[in-house]
Amino acid sequence: MTIQTTDLPNAGSLAADSGGPALKVEGLWKIFGAKADKVIGTGDQALSRKDLQAKTGCVAAVKDISFEVQPGEVFVIMGLSGSGKSTLVRLLNRLIEPTAGSVVINGEEITSVPAGKLRDLRRRHMAMVFQHFGLLPHRKVIDNIAYGLEVRGEGKAARRQRAQEMVDLVGLTGYENSFPDQLSGGMQQRVGLARALAVDPQVLFFDEPFSALDPLIRRDMQDEVVRLHHEVGKTMVFITHDLAEAIKLGDRILIMRDGEMVQCGTAAEIVAHPADDYVRDFVSEVPKGHVLTLRYVMRPVRPEDSLDGPVMDPDTIVRKAARAALASAHPVRVVENGQVIGIVDDEAILRVVVAEEDSAEGES
Amino acid sequence: MSVLAPPLANHTPPEPDTTPWRATPARLVRNRFAAVIGVLVVWVVAWALFKDHFTLTIGGSEQTPVFDWLRDRSNWVEEAASSGSNPVINFAGWIADIVDSVFSWLQSVFTVAKFPRPLPQIGWLGTIALAALVAYAAAGWRTLALVVPCFLSFGVLGYWDDSIDLLIVTFFAVVVSCFFGIALGVLMAHSRRFSALLTPVLDVMQTMPSFTYLLPFSILFGIGPAAAVMMTLVYAAPPVIRITAHGLRGVSGPVLEATDSLGQTGLQRLWNVELPMAKRTIIAGINQTMMAALSMATIAAYINSPGLGQPVLDGLKRSQLGTSFVAGIAIVIMAVMLDRSMTAAGFRAELAARAGEKGGPFRKVGLGLAAVGTLVALYLSHSYVWANEFPSQPDLGTPLRNAVDDFGNWLRTDLSHLTDAIQRVATDYGLNPIQSLLADSPWFVTSAAILVIAAVVGGRKAVISTVVCLAGILGLGLWNHAMETLTACLVATIAVVVLAVVLGVLMGRSHRVDVGLRPILDAGQTLPPFVYLVPVLILFGPNRFTAMVAGVVYAAPVAIKLVADGVRAVSPNTIEAAEMAGSSTWQMITKVQLPMARSSVLLAANQGLLYVLAMVVIGGMVGAGALGFDVVTGFRQANDVGRGLAAGTTIVLLGIMVDRITTYGAQRASSPASRA
Amino acid sequence: MEHKRPRIVAAALAGLGLAVSLTACGGGSIQDAQTGSGDKKCGDLNVAVNPWVGYEADAHVLGYVAKTRLGCNVNYKDLDEQVSWKGFGSGEVDVVVENWGHPELQKKYMADKGGDGSAVDFGSTGNKGVIGWFVPPWMAKKYPDITDWKNLNKYSSLFKTTESGSKGTLYDGDPGFVTNDEALVTNLKLNYKVVYAGSETALIEAFRDAEKNKKPMLGYFYEPQWFLSEVPLVKVDLPKYTDGCDADAAKVACDYPVYDLNKVVAKKFADSKSPAVDLVKNFTWTNDDQNVVAKYISQDQMDPEDAAKKWVDAHKDEVDAWVKG
Repeated sequence: MTIQTTDLPNAGSLAADSGGPALKVEGLWKIFGAKADKVIGTGDQALSRKDLQAKTGCVAAVKDISFEVQPGEVFVIMGLSGSGKSTLVRLLNRLIEPTAGSVVINGEEITSVPAGKLRDLRRRHMAMVFQHFGLLPHRKVIDNIAYGLEVRGEGKAARRQRAQEMVDLVGLTGYENSFPDQLSGGMQQRVGLARALAVDPQVLFFDEPFSALDPLIRRDMQDEVVRLHHEVGKTMVFITHDLAEAIKLGDRILIMRDGEMVQCGTAAEIVAHPADDYVRDFVSEVPKGHVLTLRYVMRPVRPEDSLDGPVMDPDTIVRKAARAALASAHPVRVVENGQVIGIVDDEAILRVVVAEEDSAEGES
Repeated sequence: MSVLAPPLANHTPPEPDTTPWRATPARLVRNRFAAVIGVLVVWVVAWALFKDHFTLTIGGSEQTPVFDWLRDRSNWVEEAASSGSNPVINFAGWIADIVDSVFSWLQSVFTVAKFPRPLPQIGWLGTIALAALVAYAAAGWRTLALVVPCFLSFGVLGYWDDSIDLLIVTFFAVVVSCFFGIALGVLMAHSRRFSALLTPVLDVMQTMPSFTYLLPFSILFGIGPAAAVMMTLVYAAPPVIRITAHGLRGVSGPVLEATDSLGQTGLQRLWNVELPMAKRTIIAGINQTMMAALSMATIAAYINSPGLGQPVLDGLKRSQLGTSFVAGIAIVIMAVMLDRSMTAAGFRAELAARAGEKGGPFRKVGLGLAAVGTLVALYLSHSYVWANEFPSQPDLGTPLRNAVDDFGNWLRTDLSHLTDAIQRVATDYGLNPIQSLLADSPWFVTSAAILVIAAVVGGRKAVISTVVCLAGILGLGLWNHAMETLTACLVATIAVVVLAVVLGVLMGRSHRVDVGLRPILDAGQTLPPFVYLVPVLILFGPNRFTAMVAGVVYAAPVAIKLVADGVRAVSPNTIEAAEMAGSSTWQMITKVQLPMARSSVLLAANQGLLYVLAMVVIGGMVGAGALGFDVVTGFRQANDVGRGLAAGTTIVLLGIMVDRITTYGAQRASSPASRA
Repeated sequence: MEHKRPRIVAAALAGLGLAVSLTACGGGSIQDAQTGSGDKKCGDLNVAVNPWVGYEADAHVLGYVAKTRLGCNVNYKDLDEQVSWKGFGSGEVDVVVENWGHPELQKKYMADKGGDGSAVDFGSTGNKGVIGWFVPPWMAKKYPDITDWKNLNKYSSLFKTTESGSKGTLYDGDPGFVTNDEALVTNLKLNYKVVYAGSETALIEAFRDAEKNKKPMLGYFYEPQWFLSEVPLVKVDLPKYTDGCDADAAKVACDYPVYDLNKVVAKKFADSKSPAVDLVKNFTWTNDDQNVVAKYISQDQMDPEDAAKKWVDAHKDEVDAWVKG
């Protein structure tokens, strides 16, 4: 488990460096259908997806989504199939034309830039990795990776060199001259990843990149993304239907259902305080000890509490804290900015860990 | 081998039918059948009552205002062409001039001596070396090993010049056709509106028998290679346009999306992604276009197109079976050669990309050596008679021709009593009663009957097309001839379908039969229609029956293959299940395989009709009369130009009508409402 | 690398073949073979070849003389009559050597008849052309009065075929031939239907079969025609031809005129300096001459060029007269 490697609270501090979010989305809508633009601004926009379809024949794929992503953050959009998540990510780089709303990347209003400018943004400021790879079968690996550089007019030598660096970065050295269909799925997706990284974008979009891969390779690739995020530090927007993947990769997670945002927050926030039954049901299988931090299990300090227990940060994960907490005769003091903000006793720890075992037994 | 013969029809994918009423399939079929029988009964009664009234017959030399109007238009075009007063026609003339000069230059290089040089610039050795080099470079040594013997066989059969002329015409037409065709295909793939605009035009073009192209093109471009090339390239264009559009639409969405996300322009997308990924499909389209162009060869001989069509046509005119046959064989060899080389070139392109730089130097050396060899061969061929004029020995053509001629004489003398009797019985008891029903009933009775049948078989959409076509046919003034032609078509098509079902089921059920028959069918599809006509003409004499038999023979290969493929496509699971249920062979065929291959059978009927129509029209020249003859005279008698144009249009309308009825019928047969 | 080897082999073979052919070739240089008789420049001569054998005889004799005496490069083009005329304007055709009247084409292409002037009349070939309806000799013997058109209806049931229903069949030739038969049948109120046999050969075969097996047959035929010497077909008399009785194609009710067969050439050719111009102008011969050559070609199955040579070799004086003018 590598979740500790991302520094949750510090993600926001990077934003301060470059001034403003890397990606800002406000009131984004996508409605498919003949009279799609007649829905926004009428009473119909409040209708549920089903009712809207019955009334107007239009399908609301994405309904009024707003969020911000800070530079360097990994932002995961999660939902089941049909939730509109894949449409949402395509609205962000305008592979699909939004019906309403605003998307700002790098200070540019994506939804209204002219075609030429949009192309330029795609060539330099953003890139995407796709579920089905989308590689050109008639080009070698190296030429696939260089494609983004080629379309923006870079010279052959320069793009070859850059592509070779990417080949090495994603661990495909030796396969430069292979053709995509000679590679395994995982390796093909590494090519897709390298192609996206080659253009050195500020924002990387991932559309369920690993769902077509088998589980072992999927885990490798997730680790690979974590590693790359460390090395290159890109802002990432990651689409998935897999909660474990979302928790593993995401600094923050946005949960979608029927085109709407249900909840947005860190993994711990969502597990600790599910917004509704839908989310609760969703996260019920999550090993809470692996996700929850002490902040969510502590209780206020009471006068009779012993102050001899170990001191811990509120963002320490319960599982990590468990051994030390149980070993000590005194409850753990949760300290933030030099101040004790709460107490975690053995019982609180056990409640998280044992409850989990119960549910696991219930399952089997 | 791909489909070689003129791809006349359009394989529109079946659309879901929206028949409002539901019925079980068996009852539906039974209802339709009963309805058709009912129509026929009423029709026969009406025929008996009103026979020979309102039949709209027209005398052979009669002119109508419509004919006059058309003739005046045609004369106007010819006058404008000679006086240069109309920019559009001048443009056509300008194109014809360019084509002519390029063509005569090519001929002077390969086949025709330009005075004072007694021989062409490059004779057989140089031509073969060049062809071998191209084959090697584009498709590899295997293809080289195919191309060289094929070229040699042209010479040994005695048709070196004609073969090369035909190759020049075909290549010229195909290159231009593909240049514009691929461009149009790209536009179709990208613009729904353009596609909707062009699709019906292509539909009509593919229903038009090649023969109907003659008259308009000779009016616009005169006669000679220019007109032949223009006619061929227009006739051959639809497959490459359609298949290019289809190929581009089939390019994987995720790849397009992925490459779009990298900020490519539309042109980069077309050039780097769409065209390369659709390449294999497009090459298949080019191949089909090439085969269509080749099938135009004999027809184009009518307007003095140089090439193998000339001897085939000569054979027909002089009823020399041998001449037509040997020249026809040369055409088949050429078709096979082009088809295989093109396919190999398609594979090769991909292999070459695969091989990458590895082995590059070897290939370069090989190519270099081959190029040097070719240059030397070209020099020799340019300088020495022996390397320029194809040697007269060995001569395979003459003995083959004589043998076939002897066979023809045997048919003529020893079989004519038998064949006369067959022809007489079939005409008197088969063809004539049906023709009388169609042509001797009052026109409104026949129209109504056709409309009702169209409604029963093809549904509402078919009725609309039928109304339009029937109105057009009536308006053009050749109603009676149209009905005669339609009769011949229908009777021959029934024969084709019967043949297709019998042989198709045999082929579909037995691998051995399939392996034995398929090459024959493939070759049969490549033979020019005239080659069929000559022996049948010898056997049965100049009459409608001859045209029909030739039509059946011409249409059978494609129909048989369609049914065989349909039977073969029946899922093995279904067969297993039926076997487990204890079906006998007969039950298996009639209750499982044929019903499940129903849409293939209907498609075979559709294709059969269009092929038969093409042949019946050609048969007009040899006693079958009716519309085909009207087209021929229109082409060959200045006074009848208007009539010929009207007849050509009528044929097209007939073609569209039967195509629409059968296509919609096939769609209904495979639609969920009537499927088990 | 496996698949590369054959290519190298192929290249090696090509090289080897090359070496062999280089050493093998002795003389036969095209420079040596250049045809010499080039004191007058003739160049190309495009001769249309219409689809009957008498025409072929004319075309090949003329062509053979042009080639051997004048050094012309003669191209024969198999074309219909109407189509040939179209070719004058485009340069596709220089000469039509045996024209059967065709007032409608003259009107379209000859300047003095109101046409575009692309065609020029080059005088008679010396042949007289007759078109008419013929029956095989046995019929004329058995039914002597059949040669009068008025009696044709009486015999129409004899000529019934599957193609004509209750009527009699009148066989016509190639759809491109000069014919008024459809109009004649209508206007003379004959109980016949015109059926096109498709070609001269088909007509000849049908007549031959009719005579041999004593089958009834009525068909379009013409002279000069070598076949008439094999089977002397008997002509049926139609109402007499008078000047202008065939002016309106739809209303014709009279026999065909006797055609003075003539040569027609392209204006471009007539204006050229080609020595072949005079040859074409001077070319004349008799019906018998034509029949001889036509018989060589058609019955003796000689190559047209050889047939022409045979006749030309036997008729030096006539040919000299054409060439010298």
